[in-house]
Amino acid sequence: MHTNREMPLRMTQTDRLLPVDDAIARLKRQIRESMDRGELHDPLVVGIHTGGVWVAESLHRALECHEPLGRLNITFYRDDFNTLGLHPQVSPSDLPVKVDGRDIVLVDDVLFTGRTVRAAMNELFDYGRPSRIRLAVLYQRNGRELPVCADWVGQEPVLAEGEHIRVEGPDPVTAEIVTRREAQEH
Amino acid sequence: MAVKFVRPKIPKFAPDPWAIQFDQQGRLRHLLTIEGLGPEWITRILDTAEGFVSVTDREIKKVPLLRGRTVVNLFFEASTRTRTTFELAAKRLSADVLNLNLATSATKKGESLLDTLHNIEAMQADMFVVRHEQSGAAHFIARHVAPHVSVLNAGDGWHSHPTQALLDAFTVRRHKGDFTPLRIAIVGDVRHSRVARSQMHVFNSLNVGELRVIAPRTLLPTDVDKLGVRVFHDMREGLKDVDVIIMLRLQRERMESGLLPSEEEFYRLYGLTEEKLAWAKDDAIVMHPGPANRGVEIESSVADGPQSVILEQVSNGIGVRMAVMSLCMSANRGENT
Repeated sequence: MHTNREMPLRMTQTDRLLPVDDAIARLKRQIRESMDRGELHDPLVVGIHTGGVWVAESLHRALECHEPLGRLNITFYRDDFNTLGLHPQVSPSDLPVKVDGRDIVLVDDVLFTGRTVRAAMNELFDYGRPSRIRLAVLYQRNGRELPVCADWVGQEPVLAEGEHIRVEGPDPVTAEIVTRREAQEH
Repeated sequence: MAVKFVRPKIPKFAPDPWAIQFDQQGRLRHLLTIEGLGPEWITRILDTAEGFVSVTDREIKKVPLLRGRTVVNLFFEASTRTRTTFELAAKRLSADVLNLNLATSATKKGESLLDTLHNIEAMQADMFVVRHEQSGAAHFIARHVAPHVSVLNAGDGWHSHPTQALLDAFTVRRHKGDFTPLRIAIVGDVRHSRVARSQMHVFNSLNVGELRVIAPRTLLPTDVDKLGVRVFHDMREGLKDVDVIIMLRLQRERMESGLLPSEEEFYRLYGLTEEKLAWAKDDAIVMHPGPANRGVEIESSVADGPQSVILEQVSNGIGVRMAVMSLCMSANRGENT
C-alpha cells in the first residue's frame, strides 16, 4: 500500500482536514506512480455515489482515461436494509464499460466502517469479473468494522467519537469535520 | 378438517380507506390503491424504479435486497403477465416466491379466505401480492394480516390496479419527461377498467396538463364527472394534440351484456388504427396494459408500430414492482415489527 505518509499532514486553519484539492492531488500522484510501476493497467475509474463520484470525476480527468467514468449507487447492496429500510435514491448505477478482466479504481470520499466498500465490491461483481479492484479514498479515517483498507489515500485523519467528515459538492467539493449532532441536523 | 366455504363479505371502505397503506411513521407499508399516495410518494416510487430498471440491463439481473424474505402471490383470479412480472420482480430482489393459484386450490376445498391467509402467514411470509375479482379484497386482507406482512394489490375487481398505473406513469415519464404540459387520452372500456381508474388517479396526482377519456357513453363510469377528466365520445376530437394514447382492453363479455352493438362497430369507432393514430401528435406514444385484442381495440400495425411502447411497459413493470416491493418491505422493519 502506498500511503500519504511521505509528507507531513497539512491542516486547514479551521479544522484538522487536508483541503479537498490537496487530498485529490495526492491521490493523483500516488495513482500515477502505481501506473508507472506497472501495478495498474489501463484503469476503469468507478466512483461511489455521491461524494465518491465527485472525487472520481477529478481523478478521471487527471488520469486521461479514454473510457467514460463509472458510477455506483450501492443502495441495493447495503447491509442495513433490515434496520433502516431502503435509502432514498440518488442516481442509478451506471457502468458504461464492461468490467470483465479490467483493473478498476474504485473511488470514495471517506473510508469509515468499510461497509460501503464491501457493498460496492459486491455490486461490481454483479457486472462481471474484474481483474483487480483498487481503492482510492480522499480521507481514510478510524472506525473500521470490516477488513478493508485503501490503496491510495489523500489523508488519514483520526476523529474522536461522534465526529464525522461531511463532504459537499460537486462544485467545489469541500470537506469538514462535524459532530454527530451537526451531521444529523444537516 | 372440513370447513364450510364461506366467501368473506368484503366490507365497504372506511371513510379514510388509504390511511391503512402507511405505518405509524408515515412509511408506505401496503400498496392498495393510488389514492392517498400523493405526488411525493408516486415520484419516490418512480425514482426508485429507475435504479431497478438499470439492474435489468446488467449481466446479473439480481440484487440482494430481499434475501431471506418470502413473497407470496395470492391470485384468486387468472393472470399471466401481472403474476409473472411480480414473480420476476421478487426473484430479482432475491426473495423467495410462492405462487398460489387460489382460484383452483384451497378455497375450493372449503377453506375460508382468512384461514388460508393465516396458514400462509404461519409459513413466515413477508408479503402478499393479491389479485381478486372483488373490489376491496386487498384492503380486506391488509386489515387482517399480521403486523410484519405487507400487502400489494395486483388488481381488485373494477377498483384498482396501482402497480399497472405506476408503470404507465413511469413509461410516460421516460418518454416525455415533465407531466405538466402533456395531454393523455385513455380510450375504450373505462367503466369496467381498474387500470383506467388507477391511471386517472396517478396522472391527476402528477398534475398532467389534460387527462381525457374517449369512450361510448355505455362504457363510461357513472361518476366520470368526479374523476378529473375531459370526456370525448369521438376519436378525431379526442385524439387531437394528444401526447400519450392509452388503449384499454375490451372484454368480450361487454358485447353479451348489451353495452355495445358489436365488436366491428366498436373497432370502427374506437379501435386505434393507423388512420386514427395520425390525428394525435406526430410523436405521440401508444400504450396498452395488455393483453391487447388486435382488431378489436387496436390495429396490429399500430401495436407493433414505431410509436408503440407496449413491450416497454412490460419491462418497466418489473422495475416498478421491484421498487414497490422494496419500499413496502422497508416499512415493515425495525421498531415497527
